Amino acid sequence: MTAVTHFRYEIVRTFRNRVFYAVTLALPLVLFYAVASGQRSATFDGITFPLYFMTAMAVYGAMFAAVSPGARIARDRAGGWTRQQRITPLRAGTDIAAKVITAYLIALPSVVLVFLAGASLGVRLNATQWLELGGLLLVGLTPFIALGITLGYLVATDALTPAIGGVVILFSLVGGVYGFQLAHSGPLFDVMKAIPSYWLVQAGKTAFGGGGWPAQGWIVIAAWTAAGVVAATFAYRRSAARG
Amino acid sequence: MVHHSAEAGGIVLSGLSKSYGQVRAVRSIDLTIAPGETVALLGPNGAGKTTTIDMMLGLTHPDAGTVSVFGRPPAAAVRAGWVGGMLQTGSLLEHLKVRELVSLMASYYPHPLAVADVLRLTGADEFAGQLTTKLSGGQAQRVRFASALIGDPDLLVLDEPTAGIDVAGRHEFWQAMREVAGRGKTVLFATHYLEEADAYADRIVLIAHGQVIADGPATEIKARAGARMIRATLPGVQLAVLGALPGVVSADRHGDAVLLSCSDADTALRALLGAFPAARDIEVRGGSLEEAFLELTADDEMDSAATAGAMAQGGTR
Repeated sequence: MTAVTHFRYEIVRTFRNRVFYAVTLALPLVLFYAVASGQRSATFDGITFPLYFMTAMAVYGAMFAAVSPGARIARDRAGGWTRQQRITPLRAGTDIAAKVITAYLIALPSVVLVFLAGASLGVRLNATQWLELGGLLLVGLTPFIALGITLGYLVATDALTPAIGGVVILFSLVGGVYGFQLAHSGPLFDVMKAIPSYWLVQAGKTAFGGGGWPAQGWIVIAAWTAAGVVAATFAYRRSAARG
Repeated sequence: MVHHSAEAGGIVLSGLSKSYGQVRAVRSIDLTIAPGETVALLGPNGAGKTTTIDMMLGLTHPDAGTVSVFGRPPAAAVRAGWVGGMLQTGSLLEHLKVRELVSLMASYYPHPLAVADVLRLTGADEFAGQLTTKLSGGQAQRVRFASALIGDPDLLVLDEPTAGIDVAGRHEFWQAMREVAGRGKTVLFATHYLEEADAYADRIVLIAHGQVIADGPATEIKARAGARMIRATLPGVQLAVLGALPGVVSADRHGDAVLLSCSDADTALRALLGAFPAARDIEVRGGSLEEAFLELTADDEMDSAATAGAMAQGGTR
């Protein structure tokens, strides 16, 4: 018995869903060009607008990629395959690891494509800055993967699309993904700084300046990741207990 | 090939119970299946077959009672790869071809069979390159069967395996099933077709209203299910006495009426009238399987225990 075969077919399965994959890759690109091409020389939040919005759209695509395993979990659950899988020796941990791997495998090309689009509109970073930006995005994605898995085990299939879409849109809005920020000071700003998508969007400025997130950013990402893992474990157990 | 697990005893269900809200889906089922036996769980829809199977597989936790699969709890037996199952509902995994799906299932087990062999045995080789979402109902059922077999499990549990398959497909399915059972596997299948249970099981467990109401070799259950029934008004006579009359398999009471299930109705009627001349309103009729179910499981709470007792005496086990 080997987990490699399971990983392999989970990946095959994901990439055969071509429409989903195409939309996940195309949506942030289209939005990026539509919004940023007219504001190439603008500045926003202390950096050039294209750098800000490139990061924001990379976060947008990556968040959709991160929660997408939740949709597969919900479909397999509704179709009854989850029950079939539970009467095989496959460990739940192996299955969830496969879901996490596929989330990153979808997120990575999405992020790279948006970076290329950014470069085409004049975003200039050195190699270290590009790598740091990409690294921060992938790390900051983890709580969203956990969130997607939680929703997949918790929410019924027909409610899942609005649930996942709603969660991504809400986190995007609060995090500043749409190219504006809800607040720059005060209590609402404090709330924003407690949300992982805010720190993901800030990764552009952080990488440009060098030196990584401030401690608060790391704490927020770590806390949401921990909470997400606890929630996903709870959701999985609840779903398993209901047969 | 039968693995070492088969030596650790068979399948033992004891005092198994499960309720969903007010519905008592399974009421204290006791059942022992010896290694290598093929057993049919026969009963009408809603009898508790699927709930019983789900508890055997560890998918559902019983409210009371225990399940032992070759000496281990179901979850441990499943993890060891001793169990293969074909569940009643369920679409197949999307975006995979049939051969890929069966290969994926094979990868979960410690000693799987060759994918090509299982595809051939189940007839799934004809469409092995198709996506699972493009299959007909009968084809999907073969893939499910292949998925259950691929791990070479010692215990095969099949919940209404021929549902949705046409007549020719059924025949092929049972031929393949026979070949598998012939390798010493322990097989439990649920069905509501008496003919299937009769033709393919060593033993039939008749289940209704969440209880085992008869348990024995196929021939015997078939005779009982197809037996003639005598109904008579006869107050104040012990069911045990009636059950002991020649030709009577079991006795049940509904108010003043008694209901005798007979292996030989002529002999039973003579004996009844000889012993109890007061019996009146006498009816003799053939019982269909459905009628047998209804009669055996009529909701007379006071008599249901007596019925179960009489049935247990009537059985060979």
